[in-house]
Amino acid sequence: MPHDHHAPLSPSDHPYRDDDDTSLTYWQTMEIAVRELLIEKGYLSATQIQEQINTMDERSPANGAALVAKAWTDPTFKKSLINDAGEASRNMGFDIGPMHLIALENSETVHNVIVCTLCSCYPRNLLGLPPDWYKSRAYRSRTVIEPRKVLAEFGLELGEEIQVRVHDSTADMRYIVVPAQPKESIGLSENELKDWVTRDSMIGVGLPRSPI
Amino acid sequence: MTRFFGKRWHDMGGSPAGNIDREQHDFALWEKRVDALMVLSSSAGLMNTDSLRRVLEDMGEDAYEKMSYYERWIASIGQNMIEAGAFSTQELAEKMEVIKARGVTYGDAS
Repeated sequence: MPHDHHAPLSPSDHPYRDDDDTSLTYWQTMEIAVRELLIEKGYLSATQIQEQINTMDERSPANGAALVAKAWTDPTFKKSLINDAGEASRNMGFDIGPMHLIALENSETVHNVIVCTLCSCYPRNLLGLPPDWYKSRAYRSRTVIEPRKVLAEFGLELGEEIQVRVHDSTADMRYIVVPAQPKESIGLSENELKDWVTRDSMIGVGLPRSPI
Repeated sequence: MTRFFGKRWHDMGGSPAGNIDREQHDFALWEKRVDALMVLSSSAGLMNTDSLRRVLEDMGEDAYEKMSYYERWIASIGQNMIEAGAFSTQELAEKMEVIKARGVTYGDAS
């Protein structure tokens, strides 16, 4: 049976980065070496590594979207989320590890956006791994000095009457944006609302939108 | 040459930069393994986010331009493991030679 090798795309239609079928690189060699040495010396097991990768793969913006949808429909929960996002997330069953988390609420007059100027800190336990652009020099450098321009590049033009607040994450302090609920979604159930909450709306570079 | 304008190279906030490239790639297996190694070696008490960052930042700006994200991470994890005494520089070097001899692709060698 012939094998099709033409520009394979992942299930999410993104190109894979060079992987198994290209020449072994120096840093890939180091990854294998570090992993095997740590296993040989008993610090960790191959099973643990696979389980950690599975956990990572299971995390997606759906976790954060569940929090936001609950906040939109349950004022008591919203209060607890804004008060202590870490505890509220744990109470929802999300393991967010030891990190401190602050939920930033958008309103008609305030728009929040998150960045990590120093590195790539991101609420990965609630949103999955950060998108490539979040880690890029351009996003890290510019978001803190010209946020409106950056947001416009993402297609989000905000009026002057809306105050833009930029939050710079650190290794010890992460943020997640709670976008304002779109008027046209008022009255929908918590479950329906989850589909309105996009990853970008929880970073602050987008707005929630109708899934249809 | 090291430039110093009151902040180090990794402290990028406010520096001039171009448009944001929004192209996305899916993480390769070896990249996911690097991420898992960071999480698990931290849980094992061999390193933490601060020690990861310290090595990354000491690599300098050149590394940021020339190495990919997870290449920098595995370089830092390797250095951290040596500092923590998990294995020696020589053990790492010898292991890498063994792995290279297994084959020419990541799939063959891992």
